[in-house]
Amino acid sequence: MTELPAEQRRGPGGDAGAGQAAGELLRVEGITKRFTGALALDGVDFQVRAGEVHVLLGENGAGKSTLVKVLAGVHNPDRGTVHVDGKPVRITSPQHARALGIAVIYQELTLVPELTVAENLFLGRQPRRFGLVDKARVRRDSVALLERVGLRVDPATPVKQLGIAQQQMVEIARALDLNARVLVLDEPTAVLTDTETERLLTIMGELRDQGVGLVFITHHLEEIRRIADRITVLRDGRSVGVLPAGSSVEAMIELMVGRAIEDQYPRRAGEPGEVLLSIDGLTRKGVFSDVSLRVRAGEVVGIAGLVGAGRTEVVRAAFGVDHYDSGTVTVAGERLPGGDVRAAMRAGLGLVPEDRKGQGLVLSSSVGENLGLVTMRAATRAGFVDRAGQRRRAEEMAAALRVKTSGLNQTVRELSGGNQQKLVIGKWLLADPKVLVLDEPTRGVDVGAKVEIYELVNRMTASGRGVLLVSSDLPEVIGMSDRVVVMAHGRVAGELSTEGLTQDQVMALAVQEPQQQAAEREQPQQQAAGD
Amino acid sequence: MTSPATSTRTSRGPGFALGRFLSNNGALAGLVVLAVALSILSPSFLSTRNLLNVGVQAAVVAVLAFGVTFVIVAGGIDLSVGSVAALSGMVGAWLATTAGLPGVVALLLGLATGAAAGLVNGLLVSFGRLPAFIATLAMLSIARGLTLVVSQGSPVATPDVISALGANLGPYLPVPLLVMLLFFVIASVVLNRTYTGRAMYAIGGNEEAARLSGINVRGQQLAIYALSGLFAAVAGMLLAGRLSSAGPQAANGYELDAIAAVVIGGASLSGGVGRASGTLIGALVLAVLRNGLNLLGVSPFWQQVVIGVVIALAVLLDTLRRRGR
Repeated sequence: MTELPAEQRRGPGGDAGAGQAAGELLRVEGITKRFTGALALDGVDFQVRAGEVHVLLGENGAGKSTLVKVLAGVHNPDRGTVHVDGKPVRITSPQHARALGIAVIYQELTLVPELTVAENLFLGRQPRRFGLVDKARVRRDSVALLERVGLRVDPATPVKQLGIAQQQMVEIARALDLNARVLVLDEPTAVLTDTETERLLTIMGELRDQGVGLVFITHHLEEIRRIADRITVLRDGRSVGVLPAGSSVEAMIELMVGRAIEDQYPRRAGEPGEVLLSIDGLTRKGVFSDVSLRVRAGEVVGIAGLVGAGRTEVVRAAFGVDHYDSGTVTVAGERLPGGDVRAAMRAGLGLVPEDRKGQGLVLSSSVGENLGLVTMRAATRAGFVDRAGQRRRAEEMAAALRVKTSGLNQTVRELSGGNQQKLVIGKWLLADPKVLVLDEPTRGVDVGAKVEIYELVNRMTASGRGVLLVSSDLPEVIGMSDRVVVMAHGRVAGELSTEGLTQDQVMALAVQEPQQQAAEREQPQQQAAGD
Repeated sequence: MTSPATSTRTSRGPGFALGRFLSNNGALAGLVVLAVALSILSPSFLSTRNLLNVGVQAAVVAVLAFGVTFVIVAGGIDLSVGSVAALSGMVGAWLATTAGLPGVVALLLGLATGAAAGLVNGLLVSFGRLPAFIATLAMLSIARGLTLVVSQGSPVATPDVISALGANLGPYLPVPLLVMLLFFVIASVVLNRTYTGRAMYAIGGNEEAARLSGINVRGQQLAIYALSGLFAAVAGMLLAGRLSSAGPQAANGYELDAIAAVVIGGASLSGGVGRASGTLIGALVLAVLRNGLNLLGVSPFWQQVVIGVVIALAVLLDTLRRRGR
C-alpha cells in the first residue's frame, strides 16, 4: 500500500479534521457498508467543498458506486457518519438526499423520453394556476434553467430527440433547479464523444464558479488532470489517499491500482498448442473496430480495458449474440457465420456472460435445470429430454464445483453470487467447449469462490481447452492470463505478455486516447506482442 | 383426516405430510375445502351424477387452460383461445355438414385450423416482435370474425365423430372427462419431458439466458403458440360435441376462465413457473364453484362476483405464501 505524507492525504484542507472547513458542504467519515459477505466500503472518508470539482477515482469495484449510492440515500451505511453543512444526518431515501441538496446524475438517465424538455424539467412539480399546469411559466422557467447549463434547445422538444449529452444537461439543469449544492456525476463522460466531453467539462467549470460542489467520477485520467481540484482515491473499499490538483497520471495510477500481485491467482500455464479461436479484424461500426486476437489450446488470454472500451461487445459479437459489420471469427479452423449462437456453440465456443442474473441464469428454475440448459439439446431424442441423464450429469458437476446448495431442486434465486456463478460456468463445462469466454467471471464473487473459479480455468487449459478472460479486475487479468490484450475506445491498444507485467503498464494502454493510439499504430515496433 | 390419537413421533407421518402437501398446493387445499363445504351444504353435490357433471363442465376450460399454461410458463399470454376453439369447432362442423367431407377428415382439419391460428400467433410474437397480449388480442377478434363468416351467424350441426366427443362411453362415463384426463397427461409430459416443455420454463424464466444457452427461442415460441392453438381446437371440438352443434358465439369469454384456471393453479404471469396439475386443479375449482353456487341457488349475477373474489384470493394467498418464505 502506498503511504502518502499526512498533509497530502488530507489534501489542501488538511485542517478539516478539527472542525468544519470553510465552505465545506459534505463530510463523510468512516463509512462502512457490507453486502452479504463482501465489504464494499471500509471506513471511507471524503469531503466536498463549495466551488470545487472533487474526483472520485478507483478501479471498477473499488467502492465508488457504493459511496455514491450512500450519498444518494439508496444504501444505508452500516457504520460511519455523514455531515451536511456541518450537521450530522442520516440520508434515508433519494428524496431525503435531494432535500439536503445532494443530486446524483447516473449513467442511466432518468428522463421520460416521450415528454418534452420542459415537462421533464418540472416533472411532478409543475407550477399550477387555478389547478392547471401553468404552461407559460413552465416555458419561461425552462428557458432560464437551460441557459444556466448552456443548452440551447426549444423546451418543447421531446427529450427522445436529444442526444445523450443534451439529455445529461437536462438532468443537470433539473438537479440545479432543485437547489442541488452537491452534484454527483457518475461516469458522465463514458457515453460522450470528445467534443461533448469538452462541453461538459466547461459547464462543470462554470458550475464550480457558481459555488456548486461537484463530485466527478471518471476513468479518463486526462479529464481529471484538466478539471480536478482534489482527487480522492478508493481501493478495495478504502479511501487510500487524496491527491491535489495537477497530480500526474502516474501518481493516480499508482495509488489506484496499488498492491502487488500475490499468489491469490494460481495460474499454472502450460505449453500453448494450436490456435483454437481466431478473431480477425472484427468491426462493428461505432462500437469496436479492427479487433484481432488468438487463443491457443492450453492458453488463457485476457482482455483488459476500461468499462466502455468494447470488450464485452467484442466477445458477444464473436459468440453470435450481436452482429458485426466485418471481420471473421474462426473456431478450431471453422469459420463462424456470425449472428448465430447455436453455430458458435456447435463449433465449440462457449460464453459465460458478464450479467449473471440477467443473461446467465434462469433464476426461477432449479440448480439442476440451469446446469442442464446448454446440454439439453444434445440430451434430446425425438423431442424428449433424457432427464435422468441430465440429472446425473448435473449432480456430478454440482459436486465437482462444490456448489453450496440444498439439492438440485433448489431454486437458483436462493443461492449466493459465487455459487450462482459456478452454475453458469458449470453448464458450459458440461458442454465441454473448445474455447470458453469468461466475461467478468468473478464480479461480486467472494475470495474463496474466486480461487475455485481460477482452478476451473486451470483445469480447462490443462485438458487442452482455451480460455478468453474478460475482466476489469487488473490483478485478476494479469494473474490468470498468459497474455493480455488491452482494449481502449473499441480498439486493441496493445497486446502484452503477462510475464513481469505491471498494472501500470496495462493502465497506460487502457487510458490511451484515440489520437495517441493512431500515433502509436504508426510506430508498431512499440507493441510487444506475445505471438 | 388427521387423527388426534397419533403420538408426537408419528404426527410427522401421513397427517403432517398431507398438511405440508396442501400448504404447498394452495389450489388443491382450496379445492378440498370447497368440496367439503359443498358436500355439507348441499346433499346432492357428492352424487355421482353431479360429480361427473362437474367434470364435464371443467373439461372444456381445462383443455383450453393446458394450452394456455404452455404460453404462460413461456412468459407469454394467449387471449385468443376461446375464439380459436369456436373457429375450430365451426370449421369441423361446417366441413362435414355443409361441405360434405367425411367426419374424421373434418375433425382433423378443424384441429389443424386451431394449430394454424396458434402458429400465426407465434409468428406475430417471435418474428413480428408484437407483444403477446396484442398479437393474441388481434387473433381473438380475427378467429371470432372468421367463425361468424363461416357459419353465416347460425349454429351448424356437428358430424357424429364430433358429437361422440360430447357423449357418454357406456352408461356413465362422459367422453369429455376422458379427453380432459388424456390431455392432462399429454400436457404434463410436454411440460416435464420434452425439449419444448423445458424450453418453456427457460424462456419464461429468462429469455436472454435461454438464448445465450443455445435455445432457439423463436422456433420454440412458434411451437408453443401452435400447441396452445391445437389444445384450443380440441376444447372447441369437446364443446361442439356436447351441444351436437358448433355455435358462432361458442366459448365466448372462455379465455378468461382458462387464464384464471392457470393462475389459480399457481403459475406466474411473469413466466417460468407453472404445472399441468395446478392448471387441472384450477379448472376444477372454477367448475366446482359454479356447480356449487348453482346447487345453492345463488343468482348467476352473484356467481360472477364470487368467482372474481376467488381468483383474487387464490393469487393473493399464493403471493403471500411465497413472500413468507
